[in-house]
Amino acid sequence: MRFPFFKSKRDTDEEYDLYEDDYYYEEFKEEHYPEQRKAAGNSRQLMFLTYIFVGVFLAMMVYTVYYQAVKSSEVINSSYNKRQDIFADKVVRGKILSKDNEVLAETQVAADGSEQRYYPYENIFAHVVGYSSKGKAGIEANANFTLLRSNGFILERIKNTLKGEKNIGDNVVTNLDVNLQKTAYNALGNYRGTVIVMEPETGKILAMVSKPDYNPNTMETNWDSLVEDTSGESRLLNRATHGVYPPGSTFKIITSLAYIRQNPDVSSYQFDCTSSITKDNVTINCYHNTKHGQVDLTTSFAKSCNSSFANMGLSLDKVKFQQTCTDLLFGEKLSLPFSYKQSSVSLSKDSDTDEVMQTAIGQGKTQMTPLHMAMITSAIANNGTLMTPYLIDRVENYQGTVMKEYSPKKSCTLMTGEESAMLQELMRAAVTEGTASKLSGSNYTAYGKTGSAEYNDEKGKSHSWFTGYATANGKTIVTTIIVEGAGSGSEFAVPMAGKLFQAYFQ
Amino acid sequence: MLDLIIELFKYIFIILIAMYTYYCFRIISKQEDSAKSFLCTKQKGIMLAIHFMAYFIIFMKSSQMDVIVFYLAQLIFFLAVPALFRVIYPKASGLLLNNMCCLLMIGLFMLSRLSFARAVRQFEIAVVSAVITLFIPYAIKRCTFLRDFTWVYAGVGIVLLAMVFIIGRVTYGAKLSFEIAGIGVQPSEFVKIIYVFFIASMLAKERDFYQVVQTSIFAAFHVIILVISKDLGSALIFFIAYLFMVYVATHNLLYLSGGALAGCVAAVAAYFMFDHVRVRVLAFTDPFSVIDNQGYQVTQSLFAIGTGGWFGMGLYQGYPKLIPVVEEDFIFSAISEEMGILFALCVVLIYLSCFVMFIQTAMRCKDTFYCLCATGLGCILGFQTFLTIGGAVKFIPSTGVTLPLISYGGSSCFSTLLIFAIIQGIYISQKPKNSGSHRNNNRNSNRRREEEF
Repeated sequence: MRFPFFKSKRDTDEEYDLYEDDYYYEEFKEEHYPEQRKAAGNSRQLMFLTYIFVGVFLAMMVYTVYYQAVKSSEVINSSYNKRQDIFADKVVRGKILSKDNEVLAETQVAADGSEQRYYPYENIFAHVVGYSSKGKAGIEANANFTLLRSNGFILERIKNTLKGEKNIGDNVVTNLDVNLQKTAYNALGNYRGTVIVMEPETGKILAMVSKPDYNPNTMETNWDSLVEDTSGESRLLNRATHGVYPPGSTFKIITSLAYIRQNPDVSSYQFDCTSSITKDNVTINCYHNTKHGQVDLTTSFAKSCNSSFANMGLSLDKVKFQQTCTDLLFGEKLSLPFSYKQSSVSLSKDSDTDEVMQTAIGQGKTQMTPLHMAMITSAIANNGTLMTPYLIDRVENYQGTVMKEYSPKKSCTLMTGEESAMLQELMRAAVTEGTASKLSGSNYTAYGKTGSAEYNDEKGKSHSWFTGYATANGKTIVTTIIVEGAGSGSEFAVPMAGKLFQAYFQ
Repeated sequence: MLDLIIELFKYIFIILIAMYTYYCFRIISKQEDSAKSFLCTKQKGIMLAIHFMAYFIIFMKSSQMDVIVFYLAQLIFFLAVPALFRVIYPKASGLLLNNMCCLLMIGLFMLSRLSFARAVRQFEIAVVSAVITLFIPYAIKRCTFLRDFTWVYAGVGIVLLAMVFIIGRVTYGAKLSFEIAGIGVQPSEFVKIIYVFFIASMLAKERDFYQVVQTSIFAAFHVIILVISKDLGSALIFFIAYLFMVYVATHNLLYLSGGALAGCVAAVAAYFMFDHVRVRVLAFTDPFSVIDNQGYQVTQSLFAIGTGGWFGMGLYQGYPKLIPVVEEDFIFSAISEEMGILFALCVVLIYLSCFVMFIQTAMRCKDTFYCLCATGLGCILGFQTFLTIGGAVKFIPSTGVTLPLISYGGSSCFSTLLIFAIIQGIYISQKPKNSGSHRNNNRNSNRRREEEF
């Protein structure tokens, strides 16, 4: 192969015309320029050198194109990119829409040109949509750059520039479902806590409520009191993604998986529950000191028997148990397109009896976000595969032409199909014969696990948890609910899940 | 209204530079001199158009008469220098001259936009350098004894680098320069050239194993002094130039592969030995985790390039000054942000065409010394460009070297102009002359080229 740029040396010289190939050329030189033979013979090496440099340069250019085409939109959306403010002077911030194109946030321009960001649903979408005055949060922060880009018709943009008028920014269409969000918001009532609803097969987040909340329309006036937070409510905190809670009995899903992985013959598991279990002077009691009697794994799970799970935990290899937690992303990155807090579990080969028994029933030092629990649940519902949860479905210009679409993305496989099937069975049993029985007898098939997580030394004070999913007509949704300090999961969280499933499948 | 002109001009800039770049490669592949000459004239026209448009915007934005004076001074410079060069050396390469002026011109208008005072300073240095470089090709042609100064080159190079290490100023954690009569000089920029001369003269004499070992030892001295001065970018450039020169001289692929392997081992060792190397690598692998300190510069560069997008923000429409030391190490990001990635990629291709021209010059050399000189200088120009642009787009860890002819920096500008002049000298002196006299009887070769590019 001959590099086209290097023809000149021979071909321009008429003398060399006769010498078509290298052999004769070399011979020619040998004859006439013996003293220069060495130098002239460098051409092959120089060509090789050129190929290397051209290759390296091309690789660099391809990378630059790749960066711009694929990675840049995420990079430049960083809040560290001060260039975003330039766009705000030239573009009217776009709208944030629900999946049915209902306005969740829009910028209203007054006659004098002053702009006001307006949130028609006020507190209902507070955390998930966020705010854009006094800093930015939620989708307002995540999609900041997108909202400030204008992909309107080019001639119109030129016209606007000529007239000195602002262009209209692109709209962000989310996966959020107004009806489900309202249902979740009302169901949570005056309690603090959070509700997440998502589609396990796609990872689309349909609703995300966190309370206590704030009114994004009045950020300017209420900012100081929100930041001071004298009442300790952390109103600005999105509990779904940034609140860490003890998982309580919902963690038994993970303990069960660890047990299934370490004991291929799970059906032979038997335990005689006498309302408590004691080992090395540590006693674990069942909720309300209930005596469950002879139980197998399914019954232990359905009835949420603490003694049985503490017993299971003691039988587990600590390192492998810890590995199962890591497999389920405890202490790992969740790789989400928005910010979140990491969950943690404290287990090692040196863990003592107390720590192992507490961890097995979801107490102890284990801390996790409700979103993480929703992700584990959705992987179970989706036969082990975790789809990356996401909020933004597509970007449209202000006339509704789609500019960019985000499709469902597989995040990772958390467990095998058989493992998820076994967990599905356990979660079904909790509905048919256990703590989530309020969800049985409906027009959908529900699966789940309740939890009552004690969060301080004060006995009887607990967070009410439910995590589970329901299917009907080939559709599946996952919900994870936590109601702070409300009491038992079956009493508070389960009926809320019922309302959500009802609203979705009606 | 001005905004609209800027918006319109940014597309015209891209079209013009794309045409210019296309002609670069057309000229390289063309055989006939008349065709080359025609394309070179076209290139000059394009260049002056870009130059005018850029300074039109700069004047409209700043509304200072200084800008017009500065523009006219540059216009005279860009018209006079190539013309003078062609008068003195009719056989000079027009493409190399054009590329030299074009890169200098892009650098000057970008610097004017970033910092007018610095642009003026850069221009002053360019003028002085250009006058000096006018004599270089003559010297290359006449001074046949250049190849005999082997040990002078090695001695001067090592002493200069050692001096920087001992008395040099620390800038951004590395010792790069010292002051002579109030002017900051960065000797490694000049040592680069005599270092290439040293290796070339060593390997032109002899190319057996003993000679290669001897050359390697002295080349290693240079590189090691640079490493301990923490000037990693220059150390890498020196190393790569050495590697390829030895390979081209000896034809032995073992030296190249062995050297590359040793280089990798040394890089890994440096990673574990030096803190500042680890910092650079961390800022490369995960700049966002250290965005507040070590990763700040490269993330700002990525923001600039990404925000600018394919077509750029337009001159004065971006915020390139948010990038620390943008005029020196990250001017490529500033170009990309305001002129667009497409424009920036054309600039990369212009550098590539310079590199190809350098190597083409090496190929036509019948003299090993000049052949190796051209090879070494080509590697230096090519690799330096790769280091700075690759660092700006985060293709490789950033090393803090300048973009030849575009970045702000007197030493860098002067030494790059010297390199271009040396290549011109080699190009002219190594041009095949009436070497076919012995064939005159059977071939009519009286038709010699009157003018060559």
